[in-house]
Amino acid sequence: MAEIKVDVVGQACPVPLVETRKALKKAAAGDIIVISGTDPASRKEIPMAADALSVKVLGDEQAGGVWTIRLRK
Amino acid sequence: MADKATIVFHSGDMDKLYSALIIANGALSMGMEASLYLTFWGLERLKKNGLYKGRLSKMNMLGIGKMMINRRIRKNNVASLQRLLSDYKELGGKIIACEMTMDLMGIKSQDLKRDVIDEYGAVGTYIREARESKINLFI
Repeated sequence: MAEIKVDVVGQACPVPLVETRKALKKAAAGDIIVISGTDPASRKEIPMAADALSVKVLGDEQAGGVWTIRLRK
Repeated sequence: MADKATIVFHSGDMDKLYSALIIANGALSMGMEASLYLTFWGLERLKKNGLYKGRLSKMNMLGIGKMMINRRIRKNNVASLQRLLSDYKELGGKIIACEMTMDLMGIKSQDLKRDVIDEYGAVGTYIREARESKINLFI
């Protein structure tokens, strides 16, 4: 099981969502995808996308201005 | 079969192309399929070097408004149209060019970025896509 990092700090909508989707497409079942970003709308919407794609959200944290969302494919 | 979003891009306006590509990328990102059907002025954006040539739908002011928006796009780190288009293709989005309007507007297939076009079609192709889509937009 690999851990795939997606850095979208400073990127606005829709890039965080798109980059998350790209990473999920490349990932194998069971891989962990760790997305860090700063766009507030994307923080709400990445879990929505995960839900639509039946991907599990393992965590969602904020440290300073940066949020980190962990998904498992 | 996955849910689908079909967007007719008719206006050719720069800001509306942003809307169309962002919605289309959003649909793909959330697990839907997407089709972008280009017709009338929308086709102009698919000409070689045509992607950025659209005007603003409001407050274009002979290009001054567009210049100001472009500056804000860079400042706010909003993705470029080129990036949105290549993301759209990478995520499997489909582009259909309307043959009837190509003839009408004197646009030849070699004038267009053929590498991004999946299909040439007319209204029947659009209806085929639209009837199986949960999201249908005309932009």
